[in-house]
Amino acid sequence: MSEIVRDRIQLNPKFLQLVKKRNAYAFVMIALVMICYYGYILLIAFNREFLATKLGAGMTTSVGVPLGVGVIVFTILVTWIYVRRANSEFDAEMDAIVKEGRQ
Amino acid sequence: MKSLVSLLLLALASGSALAAGADLGQAQQQATNWTAIAMFAAFVGFTLYITKWAAAKTKSAADFYTAGGGITGFQNGLAIAGDYMSAASFLGISALVFGSGFDGLIFSIGWLVGWPVITFLMAERLRNLGKFTFADVAAYRFSQTPIRTFAATGSLVVVAFYMIAQMVGAGQLIKLLFGLEYTYAVVIVGVLMMAYVLFGGMTATTWVQIIKAVMLLCGATFMAVAVLYQFGFSPEALFTKAVEVHKSHDKIMAPGGLIKDPVSAISVGMALMFGTAGLPHILMRFFTVPNAKEARKSVAWATTWIGYFYILTFIIGFGAIVMVGTNPEFLDAKGALKGGGNMAAIHLANAVGGNIFLGFISAVAFATILAVVAGLTLSGASAVSHDLYATVFKKGQASSADELRVSKITTLALGVVAIVLGIAFEKENVAYMVMLAFAIACSANFPVLFMSVLWKNCTTKGAVAGGFTGLIMAVVLTIGSANVWEVVLQNPKGSAWFPYNSPAIFSMSSAFFVIWLVSILDRSAQAEKERAAYPAQQIRSESGVGAATASSH
Repeated sequence: MSEIVRDRIQLNPKFLQLVKKRNAYAFVMIALVMICYYGYILLIAFNREFLATKLGAGMTTSVGVPLGVGVIVFTILVTWIYVRRANSEFDAEMDAIVKEGRQ
Repeated sequence: MKSLVSLLLLALASGSALAAGADLGQAQQQATNWTAIAMFAAFVGFTLYITKWAAAKTKSAADFYTAGGGITGFQNGLAIAGDYMSAASFLGISALVFGSGFDGLIFSIGWLVGWPVITFLMAERLRNLGKFTFADVAAYRFSQTPIRTFAATGSLVVVAFYMIAQMVGAGQLIKLLFGLEYTYAVVIVGVLMMAYVLFGGMTATTWVQIIKAVMLLCGATFMAVAVLYQFGFSPEALFTKAVEVHKSHDKIMAPGGLIKDPVSAISVGMALMFGTAGLPHILMRFFTVPNAKEARKSVAWATTWIGYFYILTFIIGFGAIVMVGTNPEFLDAKGALKGGGNMAAIHLANAVGGNIFLGFISAVAFATILAVVAGLTLSGASAVSHDLYATVFKKGQASSADELRVSKITTLALGVVAIVLGIAFEKENVAYMVMLAFAIACSANFPVLFMSVLWKNCTTKGAVAGGFTGLIMAVVLTIGSANVWEVVLQNPKGSAWFPYNSPAIFSMSSAFFVIWLVSILDRSAQAEKERAAYPAQQIRSESGVGAATASSH
């Protein structure tokens, strides 16, 4: 990889724009996971009663169970959503920038 | 013998189970189980055959460390999941659910949430910047000797604590599952792990992980489906029956004593969340895939399998409450589980699949430890040979053959050390060690990696000062916490001088602060050079231009 290509990528405003966009997206996703997880932990610390509430009259399953499983499923989903967007949209844009630099 | 149940209750009562990690504790030797031994022998035979195949492909240092970079994202995802789903998490989390229901779910969620952090922040940058170890990434634009020395120290300390916990766990498990002596387990694990790593390098280690992950996922799926089948696939019916027969009744459907104070809860959460992104044996896996796309895919698959596995352990734990906890065949005279609380999942295997399936699950549980230890050894060996020997001592002048030779010698040495430590720590309480490994990973390795890759103004001095601050604080504060100060060092109750379960919230923040402070105060010419090198690093880390490619075969 020649330094000329690197310099061209560096001078291309699209490069930093894309990096910014992708980082912003990643940080939003991390924030979502953190809100979800720490929200759940704080709920356990401060509002046990809510988590112990039954899903319906006469039921055994408490609100905490679907919420907990929900946190697991949410974590998996968020990961896939990011990976899909990064592997298609972001990578395509980055490839275009690298190609421009190589010309 | 200290019963596992009482240990677990003790841990719960002190609110420390979350911090202690799922631990296997002391176990009582059971009758020799030949079915399990035969199944394990079959696993060993098969994996050694794979090692032989892998050995033929392992010629260069790149083959040894990264399997030539030709593993797919899906395969690597399974291998990462294999690294992460330990015997302690399978038996320990199902035991926690068996003992206190809902709390097991809280516990397992904590272990999962670190994965998105790795995906979003680390996976592709690691792949783009690194070659063999995470130190390649952290040291990319910095002065090599200090950063590599720090990174190798961080890796080896994490590997050591993680490894001791695994070896002691193996010794306890073999007594329970195979009915063999503690020492056998430690020697068997040590010798087999050396064989995998020494001859088959990363290729063999990866395939051992994949096979074990598939076996564990299949076995756990079968158990969960068998449990749900009994209740017409209605979780509600399963919970209702469990509440009816469990001694704590409806309490098992609500949070119990797992989380006492919010500071500890958040601190433990941080250790798990960011520690995962600082474990050397996990980070090393990102160099085995051909490009950033596959690196991202591998974490997405890993997260999927690990999350799925935790949901299964929750069902398995509840299944054990109903099908094991009520069956006198599995209980001793006092009504406790035969063999201790961690046997919940093992007894359930017997209840749903008979003796053959019991043998299968026992063999899988033991194989799990073996595979995890092999991964740890490989990452320890690469820290010594690639970071210390080739870069620090030989200043990058070592040949691939020399580096490979040093990694093999290190593997042998680590194998011997693991066996010796495994035997030395037999009677010790090692419950805190896995959590300590996570605390160090999140306070030392993660901040340095994060700042060196994402912050332009970070300098060598800042990274080294901050990294060591995090490392030392994590260790010292852990020693001061009740789990070590009172339980391990046997100081009087209430004398622990660090009031929380995990140091992470303090040690990790301090590491970041020191990296920032020392970096901005660093006015040396070297620092200027390092800051000026950031744009070039950024282009490679974000675009993959110039990244190491898969070797040709």
